[in-house]
Amino acid sequence: MTAHPSAIRAPDFGPHVRAVARTGGTVVQPRMGFTDPARMRAGLRAVRACRAATVGTITVDSYTRVGDLAAAAAAVGDDTELNGYPLLTHPLPVTRAVLADVAGMPVQVRHGCATPEAIVAGLVAAGLSATEGGPVSYCLPYGRTPLTESVEAWRRSCARLARLRDDGVRPHLETFGGCLLGQLCPPSLLVAMSVLEALFFCQHGVDSVSVSYAQQVDHAQDVAAVRALRRLAHELLPTEDQHVVVYAYMGVFPTTRHGARRVLTDAARLAAAARAERLIVKTEAEAFRIPTIAENVAALEAAADAAVGPGDPVVDVDEEHRIHREAATIVAAVRDLADDVGTALLRAFRRGYLDIPYCLHPDNAGGTRGYVDDRGRLAWDRIGRLPLGGLVRPRQGRRPTAASLLRDLNRVRDRADGPDAAGLPPARPGDALGD
Amino acid sequence: MMRRPLPPAERTAGPVVVSGVSSDAHTWNLVFLHLLIEECGHAVRNLGPCVPPDLLVSACLDAVPSLIVLSSVNGHGHRDGLDSIRAVRAEPRLAGVPVVIGGKLDVTGELAPERTRRLLDAGADAVCTDDTGVHRLRAILASRPAHTPLAA
Ligand code: B12
Repeated sequence: MTAHPSAIRAPDFGPHVRAVARTGGTVVQPRMGFTDPARMRAGLRAVRACRAATVGTITVDSYTRVGDLAAAAAAVGDDTELNGYPLLTHPLPVTRAVLADVAGMPVQVRHGCATPEAIVAGLVAAGLSATEGGPVSYCLPYGRTPLTESVEAWRRSCARLARLRDDGVRPHLETFGGCLLGQLCPPSLLVAMSVLEALFFCQHGVDSVSVSYAQQVDHAQDVAAVRALRRLAHELLPTEDQHVVVYAYMGVFPTTRHGARRVLTDAARLAAAARAERLIVKTEAEAFRIPTIAENVAALEAAADAAVGPGDPVVDVDEEHRIHREAATIVAAVRDLADDVGTALLRAFRRGYLDIPYCLHPDNAGGTRGYVDDRGRLAWDRIGRLPLGGLVRPRQGRRPTAASLLRDLNRVRDRADGPDAAGLPPARPGDALGD
Repeated sequence: MMRRPLPPAERTAGPVVVSGVSSDAHTWNLVFLHLLIEECGHAVRNLGPCVPPDLLVSACLDAVPSLIVLSSVNGHGHRDGLDSIRAVRAEPRLAGVPVVIGGKLDVTGELAPERTRRLLDAGADAVCTDDTGVHRLRAILASRPAHTPLAA
């Protein structure tokens, strides 16, 4: 199926972001999805119109993610607000109309689905060509689908996207490997997962890629990690069309306005300091509910403002080398298991070479644990069978309690919500939202 | 949060089943509840995320739980939770087992009273959506006989 002939085609996602970032700095993007097509359309228009270099997002609802289209249809039928846009429920002409107004702005579909063939077919039919995820990062954090099924499904989905090139379109895939469960995973595993998933995409014919990293608990460590990610991606990915995308904090979010703004500002400074081409924002509603259009626009503009200006001159070079070395070691050990990246990923999880802290999925070995160390940085408590034996000395602490787990999970929230916000820069005066 | 009096505890107390609901992938809530409930002296069977109603029922028939704790934060809990609770209540062999549900159950940040009412009418014994939820759960756990695991 070719793109709708009458539609003005948006520029290809990857080349667009790189071109804008070269001249105008970091491109900002929301996580936005609404049930109602009229609201989705208004949201995309607002993103295009806002005072920042943006790309658009359609975030898909959870029923569509788990393939329960009957539940999505029932919710649409009785006007229940979902947590995203039901891409496969609204008729195709409706979705095309949602997008028609913003032709010219690339739009990415974010969907959290381990078996995304139908979603990929749907986004292609709607005239889109950019999405995100990966065989690991959209499987283990997102439900119970066996990893083998996810790898198969992602092979087919990449192949479908790759065929778009016959129509002159350059499909784009972003890894979600730099986020995984969002919190308490040391940076080297995030960097390794991101690069491995990008290698998977390239091997299956999608070679316009972005590698992700989600802001964690310590700014200097994050800057080091994003720099390490960029370097490893350059060394290993067989494509020039690659860029780095930073996610504003994906764990337990501050509950105050000033706290949310501090974390977002820090994410923007991270993107600027590490020269990430793109930043995905979070809003001040994050801790509570699905954000409104206005809250998304405010976050985009505040992030764009904070991302201008000089990047951080101070870089913890030792930390950058450490993260690079650990991540490169993990990637090499996994790649040694098979030429086919998908097969290598499956073997790696079976052997525990890859093992995500706190992940309950049955295909995850569950032998690793991360924690926040005395310096306030993420570190390994247990490495299980990760191939990091010679490189890190895990703490081997006691099993967490409900209280100690919450303390680690709430750390970023509490620090930012607190009046003094130790270690974080004060919110800039003149912020769009103020305090 | 609203509740009704809990049914009397079974004499042979099984583990507490902790479970997500069908469309919800979040797991930190489940990990937290698992630890909390164990620390209150109960064995836990954690079913993980994205548990459809039929899987919940079959797992409960297998575990013979003393309490079922459902958690959802993705905003679909008021619907998915209803399906889960109805399925449990449709199974006569689980008739005496109390069900507690909590988290962020819709996308507005404030669960409408009629949605809470519907969950209770379907057979939930407590709906915990605010800050007092965890205290309430502790109190419920304290009222249940602790499970004595078989010799390990
Ligand atoms: C981490 C996170 C993720 C991770 C989850 C990884 C994983 N496997 O767990 C990732 C990035 C993968 C993710 C994905 C999604 N997420 Co999310 N996520 C969060 C986030 C940032 C933190 C959640 C967390 O870790 N909390 C820590 C635990 C310990 O606390 P808790 O879950 O809040 O539970 C507490 C209480 O609610 C209570 N509690 C919970 N359950 C129960 C049950 C009982 C009986 C009792 C007594 C108490 C209780 O006890 C806990 C301790 O106080 C929250 C926002 C936030 N809170 O900051 C969003 C959030 C929960 N996510 C949200 C959404 C919508 C999604 C997605 C659907 C994507 C989307 N559309 O945006 C997908 C999920 C797909 C699916 N199929 O469900 C929304 C839900 C909106 C709503 N309810 O209105 C939130 C609120 C963000 C937002 N504002 O949009 N997410």
